[in-house]
Amino acid sequence: MSATNGKKPVAPRKPTLAVWKFSSCDGCQLSLLDCEDELLEVTGAVEIAFFLEATSAMAKGPYDLTLVEGSITTPHDAERIHEIRRQSKFLVTIGACATTGGIQALRNFAHVGDFVSAVYANPDYISTLRTSTAVADHVHVDFELQGCPINKYQLLEVVGAFLAGRRPNIPEYSVCVECKRAGVPCVMVAKGVHCLGPVTHAGCGALCPLYARGCFGCFGPKEQPNTEALAAHWRELGADDPELLRSFRGITGNAPAFRREATFHE
Amino acid sequence: MSKTRTIRTDYLARVEGEGGMLVRMRGDEVLDVRLKIYEPPRFFEAFLRGRQFTEAPDITARICGICPVAYQMSSCLAMESLAGVEVGGQLRALRRLLYCGEWIESHTLHIFMLHAPDFLGVPSAVELAKIDPALVETALRLKKIGNEVMRVVGGREVHPINVRVGGWYKAPSRADLERMVPDLEWAKDASREAVRVVAGLDFPELEQDYEFVALDADGEYPIDRGGRIISNRGLDFPISEFYDHIVEEHVEHSNALHARLRERGAYLVGPMARYALHRGLLSPDALAAADEVGLEPVVLNPFRSIIVRAVELVHACDEALRLIAEYEEPSSPSIDVVPQAGWGHGASEAPRGTLYHRYRLDEAGTILDAKIVPPTSQNQKMIEEDLFAFVSGHADLGEDELRLRCEQAIRNYDPCISCATHFLTLDVERE
Repeated sequence: MSATNGKKPVAPRKPTLAVWKFSSCDGCQLSLLDCEDELLEVTGAVEIAFFLEATSAMAKGPYDLTLVEGSITTPHDAERIHEIRRQSKFLVTIGACATTGGIQALRNFAHVGDFVSAVYANPDYISTLRTSTAVADHVHVDFELQGCPINKYQLLEVVGAFLAGRRPNIPEYSVCVECKRAGVPCVMVAKGVHCLGPVTHAGCGALCPLYARGCFGCFGPKEQPNTEALAAHWRELGADDPELLRSFRGITGNAPAFRREATFHE
Repeated sequence: MSKTRTIRTDYLARVEGEGGMLVRMRGDEVLDVRLKIYEPPRFFEAFLRGRQFTEAPDITARICGICPVAYQMSSCLAMESLAGVEVGGQLRALRRLLYCGEWIESHTLHIFMLHAPDFLGVPSAVELAKIDPALVETALRLKKIGNEVMRVVGGREVHPINVRVGGWYKAPSRADLERMVPDLEWAKDASREAVRVVAGLDFPELEQDYEFVALDADGEYPIDRGGRIISNRGLDFPISEFYDHIVEEHVEHSNALHARLRERGAYLVGPMARYALHRGLLSPDALAAADEVGLEPVVLNPFRSIIVRAVELVHACDEALRLIAEYEEPSSPSIDVVPQAGWGHGASEAPRGTLYHRYRLDEAGTILDAKIVPPTSQNQKMIEEDLFAFVSGHADLGEDELRLRCEQAIRNYDPCISCATHFLTLDVERE
């Protein structure tokens, strides 16, 4: 309907935003509050309907844009994510926990060998799954934003793209591309430092090489990473299997590409 | 017989992590108080086993997105103490500077965005911005300056990447640090003003006879390290004897272990404890800010912790400025740390209180065992005792008001539930 029907035009409703937490450190949702210069602008463009870390006001769904932090680690959370999906028009997962299962997914590998059962001090008090898994393993996800933590400017890009109705511009290439652009000499070539940059998703701005250390993969795998070639190169630099295993089985170790490579070094 | 009533909050807002609260009463008598922590455990202590000692700072940082530096520092200190080396001089000064950045960021977040809304009757800082935009703009700028310190020294705000066992990957230049001076000077003034603003709030009545526990750092206000743990009731022991004095219990309503003193039970860590035990070590301007608003030398009303936090904000800005003024670029960004088999202990003062780490390594530097005791699990019991006392003294308040005040009483501690739940050990048993 146009405004020409004689009725007073109604101001368009602001899209609603909901932020949910599962098993995580809170760092990725904090990234939203860390947008100090943009926060009030963001809250001007969207209505914060649910964001427990920031507000005690809780509006019911459905929500136009949902951000999910954290991985699925309990039977209750495995149910809750379905309810959130039902309430969300567009669901974005933020951070390594939500997109890969996070560092707590290291438990997923504890069954390897002859570890078969987990026993707690008072096991009856605790309800937990054997695995920590990505949100996309449970429900359809409209967009995944990687990083441990996410880059707050990329988060703004995702929110902005959603508001504009376009695809977020989040490059899927490797940290190496960012490193070259930043003019940082390659730490692996120049100093023989073991670096996961060639297989790791960009987004951090090549932070570790900028600080003279090797990338340790906290943004997870890039698209189609050649982990085998990198592992072979690390070997030439002196890495052994235990180091390769630890390196691929780290913060984003449950991401399929890294999980697969790690098994070659067990 | 009087009617039983229940005051409950299922989902606590404006805290880090997932928790709830339950108070059961019969008439005006409080029967039971529970700070419920249902945030799922993440088993850090379990999967640290088998990792290299050098990985501990990067792994433990992931326990908390709000205070990653605290985890990095306590873990580094534990590894270094075991190896028998001390990171001193400018390398240590940089650690303290990074930690000041975290205090500024975290305290600002809590004072203005998590706690102040309780006092001002609004649900969030976003709503607060509608009635007092200048206050929220000041808070956001202060927070940004704390984050900038973390970014420049540590590489990024959340989970800094520049910290390593033995020091740093790369030391910042003098110029990098000096660029932050004008902002930090502004931050100091803004913090002094924050002390005045929060001192003018209305405080619910409650006074508790606390045992205050904090690190002792040899004549410095404890931040980045401390060798002994002291209290106002005569505790004084080296951090290596932590478990001789403190026990952790697994209770049904919490996924975080409850810590208590073996002898006496609940105790309090955090800004109120540091201030009560080390007030005289605050910077002159932080002390002046406290005096100006008539802040008592020992604060016993937990609602007034917001003022203490603001006083510590002034101190953190002062410390950052001092450290930058005295900074000289170190000749090497780190010292060598050769692992040894044995037990290592490390402790520092997270914004919320003492954070203790203990590791056992083998001679190759592999972690065999890890124990991490975060401030919020130490405060859990005290939070419940505060709630008990508060509700007992204010049973005449209406249901909604009482619930809101109870939530506020929990926020007095700036609880970090994400931190507190990550320490249950996942013991594995061979079949």
